[in-house]
Amino acid sequence: MIRFVNASKRYSSGFDALQNVSFHMAPGEMAFLTGHSGAGKSSLLKLIALLERSSRGQVIVNNQNLAKVSRRRIPYFRRNIGIIFQDHQLLFDRTVYDNVALPLIIAGFSHNDIGKRVRAALDKVGLLGKEKKYPITLSGGEQQRVGIARAVVNKPPLILADEPTGNLDPELSAEIMNLFQDFSDVGVTVLVATHDIALISQLPYRTLTLKDGKLVNDSQPAL
Amino acid sequence: MNSNKRKRETLNRPGFITLLRSYFLRHVQVFFYSLGQLSRVPISTLMTCMVIGIALALPMGLHTLLKNAQQLSGGWESTAQISVFLKKKITASQAQKIQSDIQRWPDVISVDYISRERALKEFQALSGFGDALKALNTNPLPSVLIVKPKLSQTNEQATQKLLSKLRNLKQTDKAQLDMQWVRRLYAIMNIVERGVLILGFLLALAVLLVVGNTIRLAIQNRRKEIVVMKLIGGTDAFIRRPFLYTGFWYGLFGGIIAWMLVSFTMLSISSPIEKLTTLYQNQFELSGMSFLTTLSLLGISIILGLVGSWFAVGRHLREIEPQ
Ligand SMILES: Nc1ncnc2c1ncn2[C@@H]1O[C@H](COP(=O)(O)OP(=O)(O)OP(=O)(O)O)[C@@H](O)[C@H]1O
Ligand SMILES: [Mg+2]
Repeated sequence: MIRFVNASKRYSSGFDALQNVSFHMAPGEMAFLTGHSGAGKSSLLKLIALLERSSRGQVIVNNQNLAKVSRRRIPYFRRNIGIIFQDHQLLFDRTVYDNVALPLIIAGFSHNDIGKRVRAALDKVGLLGKEKKYPITLSGGEQQRVGIARAVVNKPPLILADEPTGNLDPELSAEIMNLFQDFSDVGVTVLVATHDIALISQLPYRTLTLKDGKLVNDSQPAL
Repeated sequence: MNSNKRKRETLNRPGFITLLRSYFLRHVQVFFYSLGQLSRVPISTLMTCMVIGIALALPMGLHTLLKNAQQLSGGWESTAQISVFLKKKITASQAQKIQSDIQRWPDVISVDYISRERALKEFQALSGFGDALKALNTNPLPSVLIVKPKLSQTNEQATQKLLSKLRNLKQTDKAQLDMQWVRRLYAIMNIVERGVLILGFLLALAVLLVVGNTIRLAIQNRRKEIVVMKLIGGTDAFIRRPFLYTGFWYGLFGGIIAWMLVSFTMLSISSPIEKLTTLYQNQFELSGMSFLTTLSLLGISIILGLVGSWFAVGRHLREIEPQ
């Protein structure tokens, strides 16, 4: 699903955020991406979502070499990826329902389909009763779950999450992780960037560790 | 795994018919959504539309006035006539003889004879100098033949030829073409018309800039929304659409305001103008903007709104990228 081949990212400032990163994630796999602040976790996710392009090496996602995806095709490419951000990136002047429906509207689903899928996604994250509320009236954990519902409403084959539990207490964080596990169980590839070592040490998933832009550790869970 | 994936992908994409239908539905939605967005900020929307309206009303109003002036003076060309002032010593019967002679000329439609007495009466009635004239014991006015050239002969050369023929008559004191001033008026109107055109062009440019700038601000205000749209796979066309429709609404409302301004102005000056024209014994009714002119005003206005927002969106949408 995701394959990095000696990928490097140098920002225009001249800073090398990633150097010679190589790894592979199979479809349906779930993994954590960890490392100190500034290690390059977000940069790596951005390469996958084509928010940035690699300076050297190859990034292949869903059998597509991202260097060959033209600017014009990027929106269509992104529709196959559900992205979850630490700061949710929700629209505060729209209801929860409208926020979650946005990817479906963009993809051109019919009105009926949208209703069904939005409710299914909200049900999945336990927010079915709050579809008419505005995000600002929800707690941090609830907002994060709206973001997750929006990311998965499209049923993308790949989910990327950047510090999804950043501001949440351990209990809520565990709940969010459970959600990701559920998606992974139904065949979705999930890559979660986090520095919450305590949380990932409890979970039986592969962990990729970055240090100063280099992939220094790729450990499978001890079975 | 592969078949599993394929199944997932087909599930993930709406069918072609659905896509087509939701595409049109989406257009209609955005059409009204953008209107709703504008109505949320009525004051600033109204101000923008007023600026557009005033900018368009100015050349449009001048254009309408000019059209009226052309219509008014259009009637005058066919009334091109040559006044032949006869020598004072010509008697009434001699004058009538000349009248019937000229009448037979092939390039003349009609000849009117105004006797010295009739001329005096008319002058007394119209000028208000009646009493002053009464004080004179002789009639100072000559008898006049009013010669109308054939319509097909209203071109310059033919008329000039007729004029010199009349001048060369030995009974003629003076012959004068009453069309000179009409021609001058035409020349002036041509200049004014060109001026209105240039003014219209400049003000259309101003409308483009106003719409462009307003849309630019709207884009900046909704920066976050645009970023989110791009993050979840919104195409440029999708993101552009509400802004283009906003430009459409600005254009439409600006055009309607321009139309109202012009109509109101024409209405308010129509009665003084009618008074003025009756003074000149001229039946004239001021005509407002025709249906077709109104349509083109709205069309131009909408196009300006669309083009203005198109430029703004094209320039500023690319700058906003999720970082
Ligand atoms: N657009 C950019 N231009 C220049 N340098 C950048 C840019 N984005 C990130 N960087 C630098 O690249 C390095 C890696 O950044 P990145 O955001 O990937 O780290 P991170 O591992 O996600 O850190 P954190 O845990 O704090 O989120 C940082 O030193 C950062 O300053
Ligand atoms: Mg980061």
